[in-house]
Order: sequence, then C-alpha cells, then structure tokens
Amino acid sequence: MALQSSMRWRYFKQGVFFGLVRLSALVITAALGGLLVYILVNGAGVLSWDFLTLPPTDSMTKGGIMPAILGTLYLTMGAILVALPLGIVSAVYLTEYAKQGPLVRVIRIGVNCLAGVPSIVFGLFGLGLFVVFLQFGSCILSGALTLGILILPTIIGASEEALKAVPQTFREASLALGVSKWQTIVRIVLPNALPGILTGSILGIGRAAGETAPVMFTAAAFYTAKLPSSIFDEVMALPFHIYVLATAGTHIEATRPIQFGTILVLVGLVLGVDLIAIVIRSTMRKRKRW
Amino acid sequence: MVTVEDNRVIKTNDVNFFYGKFRALTDISMDFEKRRVTALIGPSGCGKSTLLRLLNRMNDLIDGTRVEGEVLFEGKNIYGPDVDPVEIRRRIGMVFQKPNPFPKSIYNNITYGPKLAGLTDRIELEALVEQSLRQAVLWDEVKDILGQSAMMLSGGQQQRLCIARALAMKPDVLLMDEPTSALDPISTAKIEELIQDLKKDYTIIIVTHNMQQAARISDMTGFFYLGKLIEYSATEKIFTRPDIQQTEDYITGRFG
Repeated sequence: MALQSSMRWRYFKQGVFFGLVRLSALVITAALGGLLVYILVNGAGVLSWDFLTLPPTDSMTKGGIMPAILGTLYLTMGAILVALPLGIVSAVYLTEYAKQGPLVRVIRIGVNCLAGVPSIVFGLFGLGLFVVFLQFGSCILSGALTLGILILPTIIGASEEALKAVPQTFREASLALGVSKWQTIVRIVLPNALPGILTGSILGIGRAAGETAPVMFTAAAFYTAKLPSSIFDEVMALPFHIYVLATAGTHIEATRPIQFGTILVLVGLVLGVDLIAIVIRSTMRKRKRW
Repeated sequence: MVTVEDNRVIKTNDVNFFYGKFRALTDISMDFEKRRVTALIGPSGCGKSTLLRLLNRMNDLIDGTRVEGEVLFEGKNIYGPDVDPVEIRRRIGMVFQKPNPFPKSIYNNITYGPKLAGLTDRIELEALVEQSLRQAVLWDEVKDILGQSAMMLSGGQQQRLCIARALAMKPDVLLMDEPTSALDPISTAKIEELIQDLKKDYTIIIVTHNMQQAARISDMTGFFYLGKLIEYSATEKIFTRPDIQQTEDYITGRFG
C-alpha cells in the first residue's frame, strides 16, 4: 500500500512538471502567434498590388510603400556584400590559421562584444565614419556598410561554427596528399562549410532587414519618391518608414492601416528569409554523410 | 656495404618528440628499408603512431609540439629549415586509421591530389584513376560507378579508395596508421593482400595493434614501449626468439 501511494505521488509530481514544461512552450508559441495574428488582422486590409508597387502619395497618407521595400532590399543586399566576404575570411583566420592563444581569445571576445552592442551605437558610428568623416553622405553605401558591420559578428560566429564542423579527418586527408594548407581550405574546408555559413548568414540578413536605428542616420530618407540611381543616393527603408509614420508623420492616426501594412510586409520579408535558411539547412542535413 | 646504404630510404637519428612538456618519444634511431614492410607494434600510447606521423610531418599540424634529432629521407633531414612539408607529404603518402574519403565522387577523390599538383590532361587523369584503383584492387568493384559519391562505398572499399588516392600521388613511401582496425575480417584480409602486392614498388611502414597482422605482412618489426624503441629486427626473429624479455612478454600477450 505504502509503495503504491508513493508511486502515485511520484507520477503526480511528474505530471505537474511535464505540465509546466508544456505550458512554457505554449506561452512562447502563443506570443509569436498572437503577434502575427494581430499584425495580420490590422495590416491585411491595406495589402494590394498597388500598395506593393506604388510610391506613397498625399504626405504619405495614401499610396504604397514600393520605394521602402526596394530600399530595404538594396540595403540588406549591400550589407551582405560587405559582411559575407569579410566575415568568412575572419572566421577562416580564427579557426584555420591563427595560433590559439591570447590574441585569438581577445579577438573572439571582441567579436562577441560587437554582437552585444546596441544597434543605435552602430547607427551613430556609421554616421560619424561613413556619412561625415568619409563624406559618403546619407546613402545606400553608408547604410549598407553600417548594417554590414552590425551583422558581421553573426556571420563570423556562424562561419566559425560551420568551419569547426568540417571533420578534422578531411583536412588531414588533404594535407597528407601533399596539398598545401591554403588549397585544403579552398578546395575541401570551405565547400563543406558553405551551407552552414550561408544558413547562419541568412539569419543575420533577417536582422539587418529589420533594423531601424543603424539606417536612420546613414541611409534612410523621411520621404523620397525618386528611386535610387546609384549607391550614393538616399533610400526609404521599411523599418524607418514605420517609425516615421508612427511617430513623426502629420497624420499618425490616419495612417495606422498603412503602418500595419508596412509591418506586415517587413515581417513577411524577414520570415521569408528565415524560411530560406531553414530549407537550406534541412536539405544540407539530408545530403550530409559524415 | 654500398647497397645496404642505398636501401635505407628513411633513417631517424636520436629523435625525441614532445607534446608540450610531455615527452612522447625518446632517442628513436631507426632505419627503414626500401620496398619492405616495416611494422611498428606496442601497447596504446607507446608512441608508434606519433613516430609514424613524424615521418611525413603530420605532427606539424598539432600546436605545441617539438621535434629534436633528425629524420633523414633519402639522406636529407625533413625537419631542416629549407624543407617544404608539402613536398615531403607528396613523396611520403599516408593512410589513416578510419577511412576518410572526401565527400566527392570516387573519380574526384583520386584526381584531387594530382590535379592540385598540376596534372590537368583528362586522358592522363583517367589513366591514373584506373591504374591507382587497380593497384588498390578496387577497380573491378567501382569501374562503373566512378561518378558516385565515395561515401556510398563500404568501409573496406573506402579504405582501399584511400589507399588508391594516396598511390595516385606516386609516393615513394606509404605510411599506414592502423589501416584495418576499423574494418571487418574480410576487408582486412583484402588490405593485407594488397600490402603484400604494393611492397614490390613501395616502402611501407605500418602501425598495427594486431600482432598476427604484423607477423603475417611485415619484414621488419619494431616494438615500442613508453616512447622507446625496445627492439627492432626481422619480423621472424621478433616473433620467434626476441632478444628482450619485454618484447616476448608483449607478443605472447602477457601484458599490453
């Protein structure tokens, strides 16, 4: 009898804890789901082909957000072009070449600190360096460089992980054939690390697309119907557009639907990018055979 | 006497090796003869694999290691200041304990090294692939699936592919680090047969944990214990009437 009741007590405890675990998982999912539903309900109404393809009109109270979509695409692509090569090369240095010691440790701590710096600081840094000191002005180039630095730690981190995941035996096999270290990295290590590098980097892109603070001083225009003709032109950007409409516009209440519509487009863009990363990762896992 | 001198393709002179402060090898002086199979035996951690990896400078890859003494390859110290380890590894090939083909096609596994060494002619490359796979007694099994991933092969086939890949570089010496320890008995027998064939053209130095294997395939055997070369002589002698008690204890299974 005593044994049975103690077992029952144990099952009861187990039930309670499993319930708590389930609940916390549920809360997280519900929070994300609620957010998405809220945005969808409020923003879906304004979504239309015109909204996606026309510039804003009537002091941004009507019309579409095409220049902002395009601007965000330019800025994120630019950021990738800046950060991907730099990040991969840094990661190759850190994992393949650098002698593991105090210097490498300091660099790694530096990279991690960079990842924790608030994005507004990157904005001010970009303003000081690219816009003012290098006299690029507020333009795509300055914004892309700033966003590039912002996502650099993400890309370095992802690349380092991906490089470390390449089995040491591949390197040994190549070196033992009398292939130089550089050729081994180019021919064996990088190709096998590339899917991992890309997955991590795409998640970084998602972050770059959604940032407001780094672009507000360096690239984003309050309003411009003109599409950029060079990398030295200002652009509109989705996050900054939302910020402007919601805080500094002339008709804040009247533009609520447009604000939500823009948020919906931005969230769709970021989630779409993340989805690409997930697809790449899962196909890569299926193909991997070591 | 001159012919004997010519036969020593690799010679180590008082080699000491350190992992940080730990001394893994002590005063190793050994000659390795041309076109013979030399087996290195001894209990785990005795330094036999360390010595093998010293012979083509694979230990360079580990941070904090240090070599003292000389390793002469054709009379030249491979740890000399003007020696390129890449060149050494081209001439002294290596096969590892676990089969480690690249995640490429069978064909590209073989051509990887030669291509980077400058061989570009397609016909020559194709001939080299066939020749190397034939030497490794793998040709008949894979000649119709050369474009398939090497990862699809069985463990034993993968290991023979790794041997073929090493042979494609046309090395003078082949180092083998327990090449059959991850394989089943049938694959092991195939590789042992293969080693007997390769002996005609190559100098082979093999580390093995399997005493019967050493006795079956090698001409010379060196017994290592705690980083020291305890006894080194003809395999037959080592396994029938060793000079040193420790050797006899080990090969008869009294310790190790």
